[in-house]
Amino acid sequence: MNALTITCSAARRPLAVAALSALLLGGCATANNAKDPLEGYNRAMFSFNEQVDKVVVKPAAQAYEFVLPNFVRTGVGNFIGNLEDPWIGINNLLQGKAADALSDLMRFAFNSTFGLLGVIDIATPMGLPKHDEDLGQTLGSWGVGEGAYVVLPFFGPRTVRDSVALPADFMGQNPVRIDHVPTRNSYTALRVTHQRSTFLGAERTVDEATIDKYAYTRDFYLEQRRYKVSDGNVAREYEDFEARLGPALGEEVDMAAEAAVGRLELSGIGSGQIAAAMQTGK
Amino acid sequence: MNFKKLLVLFCFLAAGLMPMAQASAQPAPDVLVREVTNEVLEIVRADRAIQAGDSQRVIALVHAKVLPHFDFRRMTMLAVGRDWRDASAEQQGQLTEAFRTLLVRTYSNALTQYRDQTIDFKPTRFGEADKRVQVRTEVRQSGAQPIGIDYMLEKSDAGWKVFDVIVAGVSLVTNYRGSFTQEIRSGGIDGLIKSLEVKNRSLEAEQKPS
Repeated sequence: MNALTITCSAARRPLAVAALSALLLGGCATANNAKDPLEGYNRAMFSFNEQVDKVVVKPAAQAYEFVLPNFVRTGVGNFIGNLEDPWIGINNLLQGKAADALSDLMRFAFNSTFGLLGVIDIATPMGLPKHDEDLGQTLGSWGVGEGAYVVLPFFGPRTVRDSVALPADFMGQNPVRIDHVPTRNSYTALRVTHQRSTFLGAERTVDEATIDKYAYTRDFYLEQRRYKVSDGNVAREYEDFEARLGPALGEEVDMAAEAAVGRLELSGIGSGQIAAAMQTGK
Repeated sequence: MNFKKLLVLFCFLAAGLMPMAQASAQPAPDVLVREVTNEVLEIVRADRAIQAGDSQRVIALVHAKVLPHFDFRRMTMLAVGRDWRDASAEQQGQLTEAFRTLLVRTYSNALTQYRDQTIDFKPTRFGEADKRVQVRTEVRQSGAQPIGIDYMLEKSDAGWKVFDVIVAGVSLVTNYRGSFTQEIRSGGIDGLIKSLEVKNRSLEAEQKPS
């Protein structure tokens, strides 16, 4: 089954419809930032999501973290992660990384059986590391541009490319079809809660570290996606904004002062050495 | 040439060479990162007050052990971007000071959340002549994918200095550039300085011991 048919069948699902309508709505927003043409809409959706998080998701995640001991949460994380491994493997295959794809499928095989339905991750110590792939990354590796940055309701930051891939990714990461609706909903709630709980620490840091959380989150998401698409092969450029103009006047004085202090220290060391050497020489 | 003259000459020579000898005795970048990380985490592991979230204590620790190895002027310049050139020396100083306070406060607090993670130090390859080195580490915790934390260091006269930290592929320094540029567009460089100072004051107020 190829990715396209999955997308089409998923488009009938309500969540996908919400995602698509968000995209269309976003298209109407006014553009004032070339790098973020949907900024007006995005900011509104960002604060909506923040509100949902504050009222529902974060308290649930905090309760989850408080109530369950670490090893249980680890087991939950492993179980969820195991069900995602086949989809990761398929995407590695689509990206032409056959060895990684094989490793993902072996992970799934070992963890689903000897790892008690994925609750214990025995594959990682066996030398089969967990990978991070999805259809958005696959499209990116094929050369599909990322498009505008867009904040989706409930799902949060995406690019247009990742939004298009989202329905397929959503299905691919939930390969087991649960027909019993309450069970399915409970599992989705557990997934969301667990994943949110893993960000509880980092989120406080982001809250404190930023003067504009929206812009910081956007830039973080975009840079991290580029990093993942290229599998970590990003060229980093560190410009020197001081070299070209030369030091400003105030700095020159500072530098002269620093150099003078340096010379003083040097001569201090020098004379001390001489004195010591003279004494031992006697 | 008598012996005493020779001795004096030798001493001057030795004194002249001393700073060079010191420079080469400074730890290699990968060794520096490993030693500082291990030392700091060992202290955090043993300190109940820090684990309970004592901001003052952890900030003091960071000031003593971590700060000397960072080049905050370089970091601030990279966070600000090309607008740095338009800033006066005084503004540059204020920006560096405010940005340093912000980074120290937030990442010191992140340190209080450190528990049972283990840090893997990846082998670092670099030549004798290299002026810039990337030291890769990985934070492992049970049940989660390891997170890469890379340190970019530059060689200075005072040894290797960190000027960027890359977490999970994202530079924590240049990631500020978007919001800093927006801030400068709307309120100028002084506007950015003010926003940073306001943020720092509000964080300080939150963390006052109750």
